[in-house]
Amino acid sequence: MSPPKPSVEPLVQVEDLHAYYGKSHILHGVSLSVGRGEVVGLLGRNGVGKSTTLKSIIGLVAARQGRVLFDGRAVTGVPAHKLARIGIAYVPEDRRIFHLLTVIENLRTGLDRDGVSESRRRQLLDKAYAYFPVLAERRNQPGGTLSGGEQQMLAIARAMMLEPKIILLDEPTEGLMPRMVSQIRQIIDVLHRDGVAILLVEQNVPLTLEASQRVYFMEKGEVRHQAVASELDVNDPVIHQFLGI
Amino acid sequence: MTIPWDLFAIQTVNGIVTGMILALVASGLTLIFGILNVVNFAHGELFMLGAYVGVLVLATTGSFWLALVAATIIVALLGAALQIVTLRPLVGRDPMTTILATFGISLVLQNYALWQFGPVARKIQEPITGHFTLFYLDYPWYRLMIALLSAAIIGGFWLFLKYGKYGIWIRATTQDRVMAEAMGIPVPWVHTAVFAIGAGMAAASGVLFGPLVGVDHAMGLPWVLKAFIVVVVGGMGNLGGSIAAAIFISLLEAYASIWVSPSQAVIVSFVVLILTLLFRPTGLFVPTPK
Repeated sequence: MSPPKPSVEPLVQVEDLHAYYGKSHILHGVSLSVGRGEVVGLLGRNGVGKSTTLKSIIGLVAARQGRVLFDGRAVTGVPAHKLARIGIAYVPEDRRIFHLLTVIENLRTGLDRDGVSESRRRQLLDKAYAYFPVLAERRNQPGGTLSGGEQQMLAIARAMMLEPKIILLDEPTEGLMPRMVSQIRQIIDVLHRDGVAILLVEQNVPLTLEASQRVYFMEKGEVRHQAVASELDVNDPVIHQFLGI
Repeated sequence: MTIPWDLFAIQTVNGIVTGMILALVASGLTLIFGILNVVNFAHGELFMLGAYVGVLVLATTGSFWLALVAATIIVALLGAALQIVTLRPLVGRDPMTTILATFGISLVLQNYALWQFGPVARKIQEPITGHFTLFYLDYPWYRLMIALLSAAIIGGFWLFLKYGKYGIWIRATTQDRVMAEAMGIPVPWVHTAVFAIGAGMAAASGVLFGPLVGVDHAMGLPWVLKAFIVVVVGGMGNLGGSIAAAIFISLLEAYASIWVSPSQAVIVSFVVLILTLLFRPTGLFVPTPK
């Protein structure tokens, strides 16, 4: 069986990416692709390089070898702040909201770009507040005073302010209550409907299989397998092989 | 012992005036530390260069205000250039390298000033020469004006940080450089801008303070030394803390000099520094981290 290809034109293509933290070789030639508007899961045990893959795509970890194409254009070595402006948003594992900035100021870090009209700003904010009403309530509160789940919503809303073509979403449900998890699950669907592609790193396998169209499995800094998400279930031997569950 | 209330009042005014100037110098220093993580040993020289640019512009145009604005802008631009050529290439290296770099800049600037302007102190004529009576003293209005202008500059900068688009960029970068970058904030340019703003503030204080002391190549040294104390006592990188510490230390010194000579009163700031380092190493004006 030939591996499933994205049914749509690719938005992000990662080819043979090698990355290091200091002297330790973390990525040993990662190759994957995400189609326009596609939700793709990236699964694997802890420490196989999933987060590093996301960081290399957004340019926060330098690629020593290999390349990243975005919208058909090579973006390897382009600084993160430029990638953010052309449509790659990043929601890190530890959320990293700006603790001393208020909710609205956190959102403004993504909104205060050139070429965003006043009405567009209003629309983007209204949209974020509609998805996450709690952020509207707390708009003047410092980000650090929000609960873990609220911070996760703020981190996603902040990424949405960039009007990205893709969001790199790292463990969005980690440490959240079940009610929050289903809210995150819904927002992934909403973003998908809006045509935003997502590369999702997640420990929650059922959620990943439900939310994604395709999934990649990583092991030892490489992508070892890929599959159509709907053809897998949680008890599949492939899941057992790569995740040990 | 009777308390000399009149002296006390006079020294309160003196302490606040010196404290505001010091706050202006220290704000730049603490800002640069907080955001670039650079201890700027050249800060005193930027102060000194500001005063010299002020002297030159004043001599050609005769306008103190023009001199103040020109010195701020020219030294800010110089600061931007210095940051780009010396500090930007050192990002990600051992912090020691930036200390050496700024120390080197300080030596170069100081000796350039000595070579260019000579060892004789220049004078900046204050824009207003009136006095008012404070008890038995003829107190110059200009001193009060310095305090007000410094407060206005710091206040304006605070408003910019709080509400300005670029102010939010600066605060976001201070808190999380990596995430700021991922949000599309051009962090290298934020660093350059912050260094330029800090340099401009140092230059403005140099011009403002010029009329009270002579302008010479070494004038920055005592200020930057005191500004370092203020920055540590206020909490490294904490703008509000630095301002409070500047006024606090200047007041203490002013009161101390009621009883001892002003040169001995300086000891007070060192005592405060040592006590702070011993008991509140994160700064007097920050809540102790949990």
